[in-house]
Amino acid sequence: MGQVFHSAPRFAANDGVADAVAATLGARLLSAKEDHGELVFTVARDSIADALSLLRDRHEYQQLMEIAGVDYPDRAERFEVVYMLLSVTRNHRVIVKVSASETTPVPTITQLWPNAGWLEREVFDLYGVIFSGNADLRRILTDYGFEGHPFRKDFPLSGYVEVRYSEEDKRVVYEPIRLAQDLRQFDFMSPWEGAEYVLPGDEKAGDKA
Amino acid sequence: MSFTLEQSPTTGDEVITNYTINFGPQHPAAHGVLRMVLELDGELIERVDCHVGLLHRGTEKLIEYKTYLQALPYFDRLDYCSPLCMEHSYVLAVEKLLNVEVPLRAQYLRVLFAELTRICNHMLNMGSHVMDVGAMTPNLWLFEVREDCLNFFERASGARMHSAWFRPGGVHEDVPQQLLDDMGTWLDTRLKPLFEDAMSLVIDNRIFKQRNVDIAVVSKEDALAWGFSGPMIRAAGIPWDLRKSQPYDVYDRMDFEIPVGTRSDCYDRFMVRVEEVRQSARIMKQCLAEMPAGPVHSDDLKVSPPRRAAMKSDMESLIHHFKLYTEGFHVPAGEVYVATESPKGEFGVYLVSDGSNKPYRCKIRPTAFSHLQAMDFMCKGHMLPDATAILGAIDVVFGECDR
Repeated sequence: MGQVFHSAPRFAANDGVADAVAATLGARLLSAKEDHGELVFTVARDSIADALSLLRDRHEYQQLMEIAGVDYPDRAERFEVVYMLLSVTRNHRVIVKVSASETTPVPTITQLWPNAGWLEREVFDLYGVIFSGNADLRRILTDYGFEGHPFRKDFPLSGYVEVRYSEEDKRVVYEPIRLAQDLRQFDFMSPWEGAEYVLPGDEKAGDKA
Repeated sequence: MSFTLEQSPTTGDEVITNYTINFGPQHPAAHGVLRMVLELDGELIERVDCHVGLLHRGTEKLIEYKTYLQALPYFDRLDYCSPLCMEHSYVLAVEKLLNVEVPLRAQYLRVLFAELTRICNHMLNMGSHVMDVGAMTPNLWLFEVREDCLNFFERASGARMHSAWFRPGGVHEDVPQQLLDDMGTWLDTRLKPLFEDAMSLVIDNRIFKQRNVDIAVVSKEDALAWGFSGPMIRAAGIPWDLRKSQPYDVYDRMDFEIPVGTRSDCYDRFMVRVEEVRQSARIMKQCLAEMPAGPVHSDDLKVSPPRRAAMKSDMESLIHHFKLYTEGFHVPAGEVYVATESPKGEFGVYLVSDGSNKPYRCKIRPTAFSHLQAMDFMCKGHMLPDATAILGAIDVVFGECDR
């Protein structure tokens, strides 16, 4: 990595951490990279609990700060589950991730960190990643009785239903969404660089060629 | 002659079942829209099931459809009690991906206003905490301080709460010198007397202590395991403050102390915040004294807008301005997790960029998630009214928790 100009939080140096972690994790580690000053380890899905407990006990990453889901629809296993670990003694952070699909469960880590419970529930709720062994895998952020997993890239921004209070029924009712005006998505990408459509005036250009 | 005791129709071998009550979602002490299902044994809490998400607005999904600059105002609306600290994590995450240099004055201004935000946030939290346990007056006095803070935000950015003033590459506009002067005077003549007066009513108050001391004691091990941060982990006796251990902007130039608790109860959490206000005032004074003159945003025209005057005469500036506010800037592909010390704890942003002008994924780490999750084990065995004190000491805001 080149010179650092930004003023983002400066934690302890990454020197040697990647090698030490790789030695501990052994075959559990699939790949490791250092990018933008962040250490990212990809581990095998089935050994995530194992790998994280090794990191916690042998490398002093005492705190699990966050679990994030990311959706890459083009991949064979479309989801990534990303664990952010923090060491308060060594003042260091690492990112550990596994990949998963809709049908492949990720082992839970609630036995390692009790706060993983809600974090896993959130990833399950928003992405539909299943965590095997999590005893309380309910939805957490979406409505009671919500269907679908809203943060998947193929879930529309507007959603499918809207709610209103019905004076006749005296309760909140769910109805298919009706937009008075289309949801507008402006594409501000430069047409000379990133346009995936035919430029106005170029419609007939293709015919001649 | 023998007596036979008359069988009462109301007593007998019935099993007394636990009592389940709903706390919230509309309850003044729920600090927003928290619904807690409390299982009670008499007046003792057996189990707490927190239902969150009633304020879920899909912020992270919305951000994926906005450019980096358009996504910024969403952060104000997360923790609406400390909006600038929310922006701070986000702009630092974007800057880390861009690796852009921020001018020194902008870094000072950010630290100055982040600390003002901390004071502003603690005024609200401490006021509502003491009100939850029965006192009225301190809250009114503290709101006077908060009003002053909001006026400062307004003078800097034009908005009292949702400032959108921190920008990737610096801050949006410079502040007038008069504002900085007034802030210095305010720290001495307004904040100190108002705050200390209000605290003199609370700190040694018998009722306040009865309601808070030895309530929800959390060991150091538990605090680490549950992912506590901010005043919650410091009250447990762990001197962990991201401003000190992982300094960002100019925090490494600041001289301040980290208060820690000794008993790790609700009273300690409150007292940690009291001391933090004093330390924030100290940091603000250092900022005011040391702040250099100079530009307040990066000179990289791909990230920061050009000067208005330059746009009148310079074609290139006009193009930059147009491109910045329509297409936005492109951020190199990669992923970063950037966490700052927000008034409530570690507020993190996990930002994934695919090289385009919109974030591919922006995961926000709310402070409240791990704290609120611990409600169950913190409340166990305590009385029902203690739940409000515990909740007040967590300092939870649902805009941030539910996103």
